[in-house]
Amino acid sequence: MSFISLLWVLLLGSLLGLELIGKVPPTLHTPLMSGANAISGITMLAALTLIVKAEGNVPLLIIGSVSLGFALFNVVGGFFVTDRMLAMFSRKPSNKK
Amino acid sequence: MNLPVIIKFVIDLLAVLLLALGIKGLSKVKSARDANRLAAFAMLLSVVGLISYYLGTSGIAIQSWIWIIIGSIIGSLFGAILAKKVPMTSMPETVALFNGCGGMSSLLVALGVAIFPISGGQENIDFFKSLINEVSISVSIFVGAITFTGSIVAMAKLQGWLSTPGWTQSKVRHFVNIVFAVASLIAFFDLINGNTSSIWLLVIVSSLLGIGVTLPIGGADMPVVISLLNSYSGIAAAAAGFVVDSQLLIVAGAMVGAAGLILTQVMCKGMNRSLVSVLFGGSLSAQSTASSGSGEYTNITSCSVEECALTLEAANKVIIVPGYGLAVAQAQHTLREVTKKLEQSGIEVVYAIHPVAGRMPGHMNVLLAEADVPYEQLKEMDVVNPDFPATDVVLVLGANDVVNPQAKNDSSSPLYGMPVLDVQEARTVFVIKRGMSAGYSGIKNDLFDLPNTSMVFGDAKKVLNDLIGELKDLGVGEK
Repeated sequence: MSFISLLWVLLLGSLLGLELIGKVPPTLHTPLMSGANAISGITMLAALTLIVKAEGNVPLLIIGSVSLGFALFNVVGGFFVTDRMLAMFSRKPSNKK
Repeated sequence: MNLPVIIKFVIDLLAVLLLALGIKGLSKVKSARDANRLAAFAMLLSVVGLISYYLGTSGIAIQSWIWIIIGSIIGSLFGAILAKKVPMTSMPETVALFNGCGGMSSLLVALGVAIFPISGGQENIDFFKSLINEVSISVSIFVGAITFTGSIVAMAKLQGWLSTPGWTQSKVRHFVNIVFAVASLIAFFDLINGNTSSIWLLVIVSSLLGIGVTLPIGGADMPVVISLLNSYSGIAAAAAGFVVDSQLLIVAGAMVGAAGLILTQVMCKGMNRSLVSVLFGGSLSAQSTASSGSGEYTNITSCSVEECALTLEAANKVIIVPGYGLAVAQAQHTLREVTKKLEQSGIEVVYAIHPVAGRMPGHMNVLLAEADVPYEQLKEMDVVNPDFPATDVVLVLGANDVVNPQAKNDSSSPLYGMPVLDVQEARTVFVIKRGMSAGYSGIKNDLFDLPNTSMVFGDAKKVLNDLIGELKDLGVGEK
């Protein structure tokens, strides 16, 4: 990919992000933040790339592995915690008398 | 284009689509939970896509597999354990911690690439050859470091491990932060000029900048900061995407970055604060001690739980205003008991939720949902405010700043202009509170001085338990 097309990707991605969140009920601010936060752990792909391309360079392998750990901590924890929060909302209808 | 490339392309495209649908779905109550799972699935898909791509092209060495597995297991395990164990009340600091780690990950990737330029490989990743790479590495390190240290400071402040040091409220902090910013700019240009060692300078000063910017911000504004840092971690991910040449990373990072920015804006609006004043204004309490001299309460009425129960029994309509204090006392379940009793004897009960009740927008909704409060009873501020004049009793539980009439009446107050719940319009207001300490903003609450306000002193959970007892004695809810 040329740099210019990557810039296009960046631009369109940003516009998409701006467009996706128009009206959010305050109820969902915390889960949304936490869910979006989990997605930002997508850097795990970069960490993976680093490890695969390290070619036996041990310090690089370690850096990649630590980075992968941090990213997955973010991703797994983020999605779980969001799910925990949202589970409480979805329980509600059954409570109606 | 050979097959692995095509497959990866398709998977990436699908993952982006699902991630976008996930974020979209997260903004509606009905679809939120499925959307979260969808996003999680998309992330898994993207990993599968990347791994299968490498298996199909260059292959993955055993050694790489080992490190992949080590990193994945440790990271996922800690993440899952923390997510399961953490109490709902400390959600904001948990999000901050996760967020910081995401930033750290981007930082490490960029650092790794910078220190050990990768040789060979299928793609043409010849780092430090082009200006673009250096710029994206620098941005990734800069934003990643700020996200990490900023989030950690935010977490420590929310946890109460860190207070706001005095010097950070003086003008000195601007000077200090400007020095850090200039230093990182110097390191940045030095790096582009080919001086690789200045990368460490960049890491250090941008870390310090993250601390220096977050430290002066008062606790009440922390949610906004976390949301902003969340946006930053998206930007850091996008920058890392430039570093390793991955469109998926750039799209996802940019999406999170932009969405986080919008969310930050929404939150600021809810608190009537501008982003600029949150970031550079320092903490609210520091301003208030200087501006408002009316720190003393003159007309406090205190009353017993018994009186409170008697008044509640005679009421037709009760509005509950829950705040963070309720959550700290873990009293939301006890509160639910009280309201059940009231409802059973035909009293209308509604919960008034201020947009920033709790420590984070939506935080209180989560906590009340945990206590099985029906969704229909949670009313947002704009909906509930016209109802206060027709309300007999308002119970304020651990809320403070969000019911401060100063925000409407006193233009010299730092709270002035913040949307508040007009509880003083109700016939009787009971404030259940441990003592006369100020709220999170550190500002005196004029509500407490009003003639129709009575204070019930005590721990929220204990008071509510006593209240249940009193109501039982009165025969409320036992028909």
